[in-house]
Amino acid sequence: MYWGSVSEFLAMGGYGLYVWTSFIITALGITWEVLALWRRRAAALADSHGILRSTE
Amino acid sequence: MNWSKYSAPLAFYPLAGKMIPWFSVVAALAIAVGLYIGLLVAPTDATQHDSYRIIFVHVPAAWMSMFLYVVMAIWAGIGMGLNARLSFMMAQAIAPTGAMFTFIALVTGCMWGKPTWGTYWVWDARLTSELILLFQYAGVMLLRTSIDDLRRADRASGVLALVGVVNIPIIYFSVQWWNTLHQGASVSMTAAPKMAAIMLTAMLLMTFGFWMYSIAVILARVRCVILERESQPAWSNPSAAPEVAEAR
Repeated sequence: MYWGSVSEFLAMGGYGLYVWTSFIITALGITWEVLALWRRRAAALADSHGILRSTE
Repeated sequence: MNWSKYSAPLAFYPLAGKMIPWFSVVAALAIAVGLYIGLLVAPTDATQHDSYRIIFVHVPAAWMSMFLYVVMAIWAGIGMGLNARLSFMMAQAIAPTGAMFTFIALVTGCMWGKPTWGTYWVWDARLTSELILLFQYAGVMLLRTSIDDLRRADRASGVLALVGVVNIPIIYFSVQWWNTLHQGASVSMTAAPKMAAIMLTAMLLMTFGFWMYSIAVILARVRCVILERESQPAWSNPSAAPEVAEAR
């Protein structure tokens, strides 16, 4: 473990704003993509007229 | 095992479904360990201090943005060469994930540029060509949605994707070909990495995690695309005419 305390970790040697913005935007992008896919799948299943019955 | 049967979209659908959980678990593990090493274990950098930690998302996202574009173009090329519908569906499924990683690479790059160069953005060759890549993804996606006939839409966006591959070596080599503000490659195929082993480990783990994540979401998206396309009314079947009219 490199850091001495939690506040030191959050401060990132004074670069906290830039470091955490980067990581949070990446996390938001991934979360958004997964949620959007979830909704797209629900919509596609609802409009699929049961075509999957032939495959399963 | 007869693999060729999986070229049929509805045969590939359940296989893709079985693969998604595996890729998701591996992605989550790799990203978790990568974040742990990158944020908690790795020491600070002597010249860039703690702002360097942005590379643990910036570099993997930038690599994925270029790699996914090439993979998308290859699927589009296979689709055109073999007239294979599933290949075009793969190309269609890759584009949004590639665009997202391009966006992340650009934004995290801005976050790195401000403390390091003193500016969020500069029109240097690396940054500009990566921004063009974002527009290319947008163009490929928009061109597809702007053409009603699916087969023409596939071909048109496929041609655009293939032509756009020319930008990938421009992005990659821009830091060598032009005198850019963006630093040169820290890791390359031909030279020893210019970074500490622990930092490199975290970065490679994050890259592997993003790669596995991409496969998982692309498989999930291609399943949506298969459902959306295969459940369209059969255009050639006269009895489906009312449904066709409705779908238009």
